[in-house]
Amino acid sequence: MSLGFALALIGAALATALAGSGSAWGVGVAGQAAAGVVSEDPGQFAKVLILQLLPGTQGIYGLLVTFITLSKIGLLSGSPATSMDLGTGLAVFAACLPIAIVGLISAYHQGRTSVASIGLVAKNPDQFGKAMLFPAMVETYAILSLLVSILAISNISL
Amino acid sequence: MAIVKMQKLSICATKKHRKAILEFLQSMGAMEVHTENLNDPELKKMDTQASRSTFLKNADALEQAAGLLKAYHPEKKSGLSLFSEKKEVERKTFDTIADDQQTYVGDARAILKAEKTINECKAAVSRDRNLIDSLQPWMRLDIPMSYRGTRDTAFYVGTIEGEIPEAELLAAVTAGMQDPIPVSVDVLDTGHNVTYLSVLCHKKVQEQMEANLREAGFARPSQPVKGIPSEEAERAEKDIRAQEENIAKQKEKIIRHYDKRGRLLVLSDYYRTRAEKYRLLGTIPQSEKVFFLEGWIPDANVKEITEILTGKFHAVVETEEKEPDETEPTLLKNNHFSESVEGVLASYGLPQHGKVDPTFLMSIFYVFFFGMMLSDAAYGIIISVICGIVLKKHRHLEKGLQKTLRLFFYCGLSTAFWGFMYGSFFGDAIDVIAKTFFGYTGATPILKPLWFEPLGDPMRLLMYCMLFGLIHLFTGLGIKGWQMLRDHDIVGFVSDILAWYMFLMGLILLLLPTSLFESIAGTEFNFPSWMHGFALFLTFAGMAIILVMSGRDHKNWALRIILGAYDIYGVTSWLSDVLSYSRLLALGLATGVIASVVNMIGSMFGGGPVGAVLFILIFVFGHTMNLLINLLGAYVHSNRLEFVEFFGKFYDAGGQPFQPFTTKNKYIEIKEEKVS
Repeated sequence: MSLGFALALIGAALATALAGSGSAWGVGVAGQAAAGVVSEDPGQFAKVLILQLLPGTQGIYGLLVTFITLSKIGLLSGSPATSMDLGTGLAVFAACLPIAIVGLISAYHQGRTSVASIGLVAKNPDQFGKAMLFPAMVETYAILSLLVSILAISNISL
Repeated sequence: MAIVKMQKLSICATKKHRKAILEFLQSMGAMEVHTENLNDPELKKMDTQASRSTFLKNADALEQAAGLLKAYHPEKKSGLSLFSEKKEVERKTFDTIADDQQTYVGDARAILKAEKTINECKAAVSRDRNLIDSLQPWMRLDIPMSYRGTRDTAFYVGTIEGEIPEAELLAAVTAGMQDPIPVSVDVLDTGHNVTYLSVLCHKKVQEQMEANLREAGFARPSQPVKGIPSEEAERAEKDIRAQEENIAKQKEKIIRHYDKRGRLLVLSDYYRTRAEKYRLLGTIPQSEKVFFLEGWIPDANVKEITEILTGKFHAVVETEEKEPDETEPTLLKNNHFSESVEGVLASYGLPQHGKVDPTFLMSIFYVFFFGMMLSDAAYGIIISVICGIVLKKHRHLEKGLQKTLRLFFYCGLSTAFWGFMYGSFFGDAIDVIAKTFFGYTGATPILKPLWFEPLGDPMRLLMYCMLFGLIHLFTGLGIKGWQMLRDHDIVGFVSDILAWYMFLMGLILLLLPTSLFESIAGTEFNFPSWMHGFALFLTFAGMAIILVMSGRDHKNWALRIILGAYDIYGVTSWLSDVLSYSRLLALGLATGVIASVVNMIGSMFGGGPVGAVLFILIFVFGHTMNLLINLLGAYVHSNRLEFVEFFGKFYDAGGQPFQPFTTKNKYIEIKEEKVS
């Protein structure tokens, strides 16, 4: 098995691992805040649940990139490109990095923004529309990096 | 598609008609009453606080009683009422119930009293149970717990820490006494590291005895029981039986009212509405004979209301000019389709009077973008069908919920449309099932995309996303321009709107034929040769206007040019706005690819019967999760594109919602009889 193939696989793994960790982190802190609000006012459950889920998307983006990468290097179709040269492997690795890194960091910060928005909804339930927007702002950068990762991977020729 | 025109009315009428007028206005629900400007020292206000709080208390009592009836009724617990729907009640029925209000309030009170008794009984039962439990170790004692001995003897009951054998105990208690020792020690029970004992001794050794007991850590029993333990326990048992009998009796008493439950809820609404009326009544300025009202009424209702007020109630009604510091409340009126995004708009903020209501254009883009992001035909059909069924079955849902459901119904249709465009039905489920279970081996997919498959050519779709984004943004800028034209601000229109259109169009026309764009998009634009010059002209003309005109409010030319230059730099925000629409592609891909992952995992177990079962399980679970998460994503990001990108170009909210004086019905909707 070539080093290139291994590198490509590491890249694919990192996309899910890092972005997923970020989401776990973000959803975790937001969930703690949400539980606190629900303990005081159970009526806000649906709203704070939505806010809690917002940082969860990065993990899915990571999964997405991993899946595209795995199918690109043939691991899913049963004919893995085990003889991939080092350069191509590095290229695939590099293509996975944007969603891995940005996914991790943006999910963490989106989680913290969600916490703040959950606080906002707790004090002022009418402002849910605006509260939802703040975490969504952070997600933009995860979406951009997802796009770059997808475009890069799908355009690398093995 | 507009903001409803409001008219300010002032009403003056005799007190004789006060009740009737207020009730009429309340049932119309078409007037937002403002009395804060009607302050005159001659006029008095009524204190309605006391009656209002009585009404609210009654409403609460009735509501609670109805809740108890439901809780205690043995049958019909199911009732999958996910959506609390208002019940339709005829005016006549409503009036009959209201006539009997005292009886029903009495019933409700009786129900609540019975519930209180039940709770007290339950507390007594648990007290008795505790007593019986704590008496268990003393059961062998056949004399009262409070027994202290005879003339010559002293008697003690109590506990000592530790499980100590009787002989050892006797030794400890009789230490330092001489034979014959006049002491008898009985261990009644041991357990949980405690020894329960009784001690009988002659009075002459009492002092020594007590000292020894203290030494051993003897403590009198903690519960204040006086009698013989077994008798006490029996008494408690008897009490439990009595209490439980009483509970059953009270429950029966409550359930006897079950058939009145609906009427109790109707009456609770009646009291809520009446409390609202009294709230308003408390703010109305009144003289000895007349009272005054002022407020906003939608223009369309003015004629009807005026006619009834003047004709039937002999009131004086005048239309008033709006004061300069006043703003009319905002009420939106849109077509059936666009109405559904009003809730989304309201969560950002309603438009002010004199500004454009963006609901119509917003609704079109909202549904379009939502569909692009969720983009799976099956998901779309599922959403539409669910929302459609709920809307059809529950016709009296609360207005806001109804609008939201309708919005998702349309978004579902759009999702289905985009799903077929992209060739996605549960992702690639049709092909996976055909291949795994039916041995389909064809190379081409069975469900062909009507347009193209996004993953096959993401760059192309990205270009389209940006194109849609550009249309969205230009529409926003156009609305602002239209607003300026309507206000006859021609200079503003040319320098803030037209100049930007020229500048941006020029830049785009310059970019399209370049090799850079060709390499990104993979399409080549061949413009005629004059186009380049035209594009340059547009760009620089637009830029020049912005440079000179943006800071036109400032007299200082240097400052004016600097502000203009800064505004030109604002073109970068246009770039980021347009790029923001790439989420249409990213989220669209996310749905499709995750759906494919689900299908692939499901098909891993082969085509046999076991494989089929596992496939179905994974399919249902996986697609439910994917649908929910992407539904959330599509909803959030559709909102974002509208709020940030679209509204950023033209919209400032700040309208006050129209809050008419109306009924406060939570459970019912009164069906008015048709009066000709």
